[in-house]
Amino acid sequence: MKIDIILAGVGGQGILTIAAVIGMAAVDKNLYLKQAEVHGMSQRGGDVQSNLRLSDKPIYSDLITKGCADIIISVEPMEALRYLPYLKKGGYVITNIVQFNNIVNYPNEDELNARIKALPNRIAINADQIAKDLGNTRASNIVVLGAAVPFLGLSIKELEGGIKSLFGSKGDDVVEMNITALHAGYEFAKSEM
Amino acid sequence: MQKLLLLGDEAISQGAIDGGISGFYAYPGTPSTEIMEYAQHSKEVKASGINCVWSANEKTAMESAIGMSYVGKRAMVQLKHVGLNVAADAFINSTITGVNGGLIVVAADDPSMHSSQNEQDSRFYGDFAMIPILEPSNQQEAYDMAQNGFELSEKYNVPILVRITTRLAHSRAGVSTGNKIAQNPISLPKDPRQFVLLPGIARKNYKKLLEMQEAMQEASNNSIYNKYIDGVDKSIGIVACGISYNYLMENFDGKCPHPVVKISQYPIPENHLRKLRNECQSILVLEEGYPLVEKNLKGFFNEGLQIRGRLDGSLPRDGELNPNLVAKALGLEIIEGEAIPEIVKMRPPSLCMGCGHRDVYNALNEALEDYDIGRVFADIGCYTLGALPPFNAINSCVDMGASITMAIGASDAGLVPAVAVIGDSTFTHSGMTGLLDAVIKDAPIVVLISDNSTTGMTGGQASAAKGRIVDICKGIGVNPAHIRILNPLKRLHEENLAILKEELAYKGLSVVVAQRECIQTAIRNKKAAKKTK
Repeated sequence: MKIDIILAGVGGQGILTIAAVIGMAAVDKNLYLKQAEVHGMSQRGGDVQSNLRLSDKPIYSDLITKGCADIIISVEPMEALRYLPYLKKGGYVITNIVQFNNIVNYPNEDELNARIKALPNRIAINADQIAKDLGNTRASNIVVLGAAVPFLGLSIKELEGGIKSLFGSKGDDVVEMNITALHAGYEFAKSEM
Repeated sequence: MQKLLLLGDEAISQGAIDGGISGFYAYPGTPSTEIMEYAQHSKEVKASGINCVWSANEKTAMESAIGMSYVGKRAMVQLKHVGLNVAADAFINSTITGVNGGLIVVAADDPSMHSSQNEQDSRFYGDFAMIPILEPSNQQEAYDMAQNGFELSEKYNVPILVRITTRLAHSRAGVSTGNKIAQNPISLPKDPRQFVLLPGIARKNYKKLLEMQEAMQEASNNSIYNKYIDGVDKSIGIVACGISYNYLMENFDGKCPHPVVKISQYPIPENHLRKLRNECQSILVLEEGYPLVEKNLKGFFNEGLQIRGRLDGSLPRDGELNPNLVAKALGLEIIEGEAIPEIVKMRPPSLCMGCGHRDVYNALNEALEDYDIGRVFADIGCYTLGALPPFNAINSCVDMGASITMAIGASDAGLVPAVAVIGDSTFTHSGMTGLLDAVIKDAPIVVLISDNSTTGMTGGQASAAKGRIVDICKGIGVNPAHIRILNPLKRLHEENLAILKEELAYKGLSVVVAQRECIQTAIRNKKAAKKTK
């Protein structure tokens, strides 16, 4: 088993939380893992990405080779497209469709939606709306993670375990809420496939 | 043995803790910051009384660590590559004093300049200082080298340089921890004059350092971190330094057909390279940063074996390596994914919404409308983003503290008034001495200290300036009538503008302190307060 994941978004949108949940689940499953993150200057409202690699054999590079990523998980649609050179043929893009517009030349809303729709293998989810309906707008990143579950090589149960490991110290409410968000994203993805 | 999921930075920190460290010394700087932060969050560190308080700058950190080594205890300095420039005087001289307790200097380089002004290669500092350099290829080696580095330092009586780069510093992987080594007891140097670098003593110490070179070379030749890995295809032999070894192996799924020399300990292991040269028809050198090994192998006349790498264009001369660049240098085919669609735009970093620096720049830009443009010297921190639209507010960012001193030089040359913009933490790091220069000549400059009460850019570490700025300025000798305080808020814009205009018109030194807490730390502190309620 080997899976290479590009996580994408804008600084502050919670992609490192997604990485941490997957990471916890992978460690519990005794998989090898490498996860390169972005810290420092580029975090401030700029584009951020994380390379997350899981395997049952030792992993060499911290960075994913272009054309080799199995999936792109993005919490922002324009950011999902930025990493297409890394996606392998037939790889999947799982992205939130809610746009984060903090630059003057942000693309036209409809054109961007059309570009996402044109991707051959994609799950495009309105994670903010789903999270809002669940009563916690802050869990939209976990909704996106839920939508990626069919492609991760980890079961929903294993990811629930990851959520428990990561959020356990914050109380049962937080754990429950995130597990609900995870399932909501998962159900959406299944309905799209 | 315990398996932990750690960043390269964190692995170094845990390695040092398990290696018997008594003091971490550092000033925050990407990508080195997390070494100290990990120590600060460690219960073990707290329980054992290990020092983990930030220093005012890298030089004071380095000197404190030398002091701890003098007493016989083990110390580590952690800094980013340009931080080693600040600490260089102490660092180079510490190789002449030698050590008593083990001393490790970790330099985190930032090739591709993700968060830096240059991409200098700290291995050259190690080479220049004539000390062993350790360059881990992965998180496990980072742990092991930090743990064992103290012993190496004590054995050869020199500090050890551990060189990492951004990708290792900020990438997580599983790390197995080793045995815990106890801290050293206090024991002063046998020779009470070992650390007295009077010329007569320094000359003797220097000779000792020179005599030690052969032993260091021998240690490299026999190091467990350096390896000769044979391969059947000898048309090319590959030298892979530090993490570039991973990029090489990634391309061959761990089974490289060519002979490989993996280098993670310097001086450059002469034995392995001699063998590679004898067996192969050409050599490709993979190294992060500058072509240190490549240049050495080529020599001045470059008349031997064909040596490929960054100097002949096989690899780019600048920027960090990755699996794709290594594949290209080896002529391997890579099928990239779809190109980035044109619809995707650049999203550069920007100042946070609600950040006080925004209001500072809005007021400053308007206050300067009466003057020609091009007179604002800024410094290193979040506020450097004021160079970008919509502010376009600053004209320089060179090194820590240079805002004030560059403004002095510019005003000496006739650019009056000149303005310096500096943050609180950068001010105590390297701005205070420059301010003294300004006091002495009553330079006609406005020093605008944008005080957000934290070290913001690196993630909100404690600022040594907190609550002290005005007293420091008074103590240095700034005329209290020209120390002005403002609160950078939108609703106070007119008031702040008036203060700035007055001080710009004043033909002497003014300090304007704009005080408002960083929006990020304010949110965090609010949350923490809510939690404790």
